[in-house]
Amino acid sequence: MTATTADERLARVGLLRRLLIRPELGAVVGAVVVFTFFATQSAVFRSPEGIANWLDPAATLGIMAVAIALLMIGGEFDLSAGVLTGTTGLILVTLATRYGLNVWLAMLVSLVVALGVGLLNGLIVTRTRLPSFIVTLGTFLMLQGVNLGVTKALTGTVQVSGLRRAEGFEAARTVFAGTIQIGGTSFRVAILWWLLVTALATWVLMRSRVGNWIFAVGGSEPAARAVGVPAARTKIALFMTTAVAAWLVGSIMALRYTSVQANIGIGQEFIYIIAAVIGGCLLTGGYGSAIGAAIGAVIFGMADKGIVFLGWDADWFKFFLGAMLLLATLANRLVRRYAEEVKH
Amino acid sequence: MILETRGIGKSFGSVLALREVSMGVAAGQVTCVLGDNGAGKSTLIKILAGVHQHDSGTLLVDGAEVRLSSPRDALDRGIATVYQDLAMIPLMSVWRNFFLGSEPRKGLAFDVRTARRVAGDELRAMGIDIRDVDQPVGTLSGGERQSVAIARAVYFGARVLILDEPTSALGVKQAGVVLRYIARARDRGLGVVFITHNPHHAYPVGDRFLLLNRGTSLGEYAKADITREKLTSLMAGDAELEELAHELERE
Repeated sequence: MTATTADERLARVGLLRRLLIRPELGAVVGAVVVFTFFATQSAVFRSPEGIANWLDPAATLGIMAVAIALLMIGGEFDLSAGVLTGTTGLILVTLATRYGLNVWLAMLVSLVVALGVGLLNGLIVTRTRLPSFIVTLGTFLMLQGVNLGVTKALTGTVQVSGLRRAEGFEAARTVFAGTIQIGGTSFRVAILWWLLVTALATWVLMRSRVGNWIFAVGGSEPAARAVGVPAARTKIALFMTTAVAAWLVGSIMALRYTSVQANIGIGQEFIYIIAAVIGGCLLTGGYGSAIGAAIGAVIFGMADKGIVFLGWDADWFKFFLGAMLLLATLANRLVRRYAEEVKH
Repeated sequence: MILETRGIGKSFGSVLALREVSMGVAAGQVTCVLGDNGAGKSTLIKILAGVHQHDSGTLLVDGAEVRLSSPRDALDRGIATVYQDLAMIPLMSVWRNFFLGSEPRKGLAFDVRTARRVAGDELRAMGIDIRDVDQPVGTLSGGERQSVAIARAVYFGARVLILDEPTSALGVKQAGVVLRYIARARDRGLGVVFITHNPHHAYPVGDRFLLLNRGTSLGEYAKADITREKLTSLMAGDAELEELAHELERE
């Protein structure tokens, strides 16, 4: 900032425009509007208990949305991320209950599997140059099949349960699925994980070399490669980061409910993408923000629970989802155009 | 000569993209590579830049024979290439682009403060007047963008600067600006390989001229040995021009 003052052509670019060109703007405005709407209608919604209630779905969705946002800024999609939360949860519960593994060890194994899936997605996308949309649609369907097939073969049902009896459960639960008391209200510990993931992702994106590479490979991969950015490695790392996030969320869910349905996570992949887009990510890559995606997730959490608090039919959530997506993309486009136009 | 080719060639399957081309560039000099579309200019610079590997002839850096394995390899030997389209990432700010791939570090972090300051200082030192290093490169004009890319290569210690058609998409005034930066890079002691199909851009700034046609060399000339008119007519092909003039004449 310091070295770039004193140019008469800069005079009109004030604080307002600096704020307007932030990718998070649309999400912040959306979050304020949605909060105001539900808070004025429902006293429960704005109470500490209510806030703890809608921050919880925001947190688990947010962890994924932030990881997906990084991947989208890097120019790729991952449709397998939702099902992978199911896969990792299923591995954890199955290993701990049917094969007597310690919960921590079972989590380690499911982490390795998740990393493997992320690596595979990344390798296929970077080696073949096929669109990641197609590649991860493939892994999505394959994982979906494996989740159901293996679970049925092992248990004869479509769920695995009984994690509570496994060794190391209580400790793992405290770390990943416990609660914290703040001023007499109990908040899910997942919220802390979400804040941690968001802070870490933001730091990587804005203040590390890798962050610069992520923007670059999403903005123009050939240009990035021409100046020596390790484009393939950056993308593979992003797919693996998404997989780790899926593992984190899958483990949180499994430890919280102690059982996992074999079909869990299906359909979530689009919600992650939508939250990231509301947070300012471009579908074409190269632009976006981790904080924006986290705020996008808050909007979903508020709408998800707010609709219930108001006693509306939960089906309206889907309508809301679509409307938010359209509005956010339009707002993002308008804001960016406005910001860039005046800068010429 | 910092960078030299002797009888270099490259084929893609059955297509002989480049045959028997010899050229060189010395420190503080500008070698212009001229040729029409399909003449082999881009194949030649991709070999010089380490994107493609030659399959005949020799490539010499500082007089020693080398094979460049990758763009990174070329960069490490001080050969920097500024591509016409690939120079910059439009959505990223000027300073982020400036340091892309060679970010200064402070512990684990990308030293953002230094990057911003140095980018601004370097651009000003090259006489490039950028309004704000925080603005996305996409909002710069074509000439400004080329200039930033040149300044970046100079800053990162390039000894040879390969410029791929830097002036072809620009208006007269913008092209003049870029030519001035080419001269300035030359004056700082860099060897410049300037690819163009416009002899009027090449002649004023060039010291040597390599003419390519259909993948082979029509000769390499020192400035003393060739006039602007001769260069232009070699470029266009005299016979073809006359034929065209004849064709276009009114009845």
